[in-house]
Amino acid sequence: MDNVYLVSVVKFVMYVAIVLISVILIGWLERRISAFMQNRTGPNRVGPFGLLQILIDVVKLLLKEDIVPKSANKRIHDLAPIISIAVALSTFAVVPFGNTIEMFGSEVKLMIADVNVGILYMLSITSLGVYGLTLAGWASNNKYSLLGGLRSSAQMISYELSMGLSIIGVLMVSGTLRLDQIVLHQTSYLGGWLPAWNIFLQPVAFITFAVAAFAETNRLPFDLPEAEPELVAGYHTEYTGLKFGLFMLAEYSNVITASAVIVTLFLGGWHLPYAEYLGLSPFGLSILQILTFCVKVALVILFFIVVRWTIPRFRYDQLMNLGWKVMLPVAIANVLVTGLVLLVI
Amino acid sequence: MLETYIPIFVVIAGGIVFGIVMVKLNEWLGPRRPTDEKLSTYESGMEPVRTARERFSVKFYMVAVLFILFDIEVVFLYPWAVAFKELGVAGYITMTVFIVILLIGLFYVWRKGALEWD
Repeated sequence: MDNVYLVSVVKFVMYVAIVLISVILIGWLERRISAFMQNRTGPNRVGPFGLLQILIDVVKLLLKEDIVPKSANKRIHDLAPIISIAVALSTFAVVPFGNTIEMFGSEVKLMIADVNVGILYMLSITSLGVYGLTLAGWASNNKYSLLGGLRSSAQMISYELSMGLSIIGVLMVSGTLRLDQIVLHQTSYLGGWLPAWNIFLQPVAFITFAVAAFAETNRLPFDLPEAEPELVAGYHTEYTGLKFGLFMLAEYSNVITASAVIVTLFLGGWHLPYAEYLGLSPFGLSILQILTFCVKVALVILFFIVVRWTIPRFRYDQLMNLGWKVMLPVAIANVLVTGLVLLVI
Repeated sequence: MLETYIPIFVVIAGGIVFGIVMVKLNEWLGPRRPTDEKLSTYESGMEPVRTARERFSVKFYMVAVLFILFDIEVVFLYPWAVAFKELGVAGYITMTVFIVILLIGLFYVWRKGALEWD
């Protein structure tokens, strides 16, 4: 029993380290890409190519005064960023980032927690994230923050429906709630050559899930909760220092998790097509699969970033119309059509 | 069986501890020089007018109620989706009837104007 705790703690520490390093990289990448797209230079002074800029920013935030407005609710004001970051860090636990690997004479599954209801865990934890934003907005006792918090909760619960419904199509195809089994199901080939990734089997579900993932992570074009021009940053207007930094950290780790989940559910996870014919040793193949997973996640993150700096923000009524009048019926229709096709075949 | 959930508890506890440590570290390392202006609510530099504890649009409440209705539907679909191949045609027809009833509900809400935001 002790062993299980120890292994989990080690995995968790490694995981947090990886997330923090990726956040530094993604933050840098986003600022450089946005600068490039707006004909600016972007951070290029701290470290090689300005890579350490985010690290310095975190240190700066750490040394700033923690201001809690007089009229705010102190306890909830403190609690909200903790909820946000805890939720953002725990979602990744069930995502498999490789098949199995031979280490120290035993087979190790490359995921933090191998539970049999992986998808349900993921959905339930991501929906807890809304508490962080709503409580932050409410506790600040600021009109902008309150509006931001309300908007974010309404937006997140609206798109959660389409998200849940688009996953159902994947579940019907693969018939399991375990994320590692879903990936294994995608490792065969359709007609002998096309990898059986769910993006080919469930294209509509992929689109609705990706759109919902953008909305759930509050990224542009769905960043109405923080819409800078109208709500001056929305739910985190009254946050300073590292409490503000924790919200940013949570946003970036949510982007990482969302990309990882998109890759796992629709893009074949760690599966590199035709890699099994390369004749590599099992260990080499495992390493190659982990690298494949990282590259896929990085590409999806890049897509998130490019979309953020390309597409303008929706109006709030357009956002709600899209969620309830387009995404929801399309996702339901996808479930029905998938069922019909599966029965006919 | 329950042993597989230990890593999850470790991860959630670790996330909470990480958050608390960061918030406390900031309180400990940062300066503390409060002034009246600094501690007042931010309203674009103007004197704050009343508080934020006021009534807001009922539409947010409507969305929450509708969400609960449809989310229960989605949760109900999960076990059916996993066992879809075993349940076969009978399961598909049953669930189609259920979904059609809910679609009628969605259409009703739509016609009643609960989804309009202007």
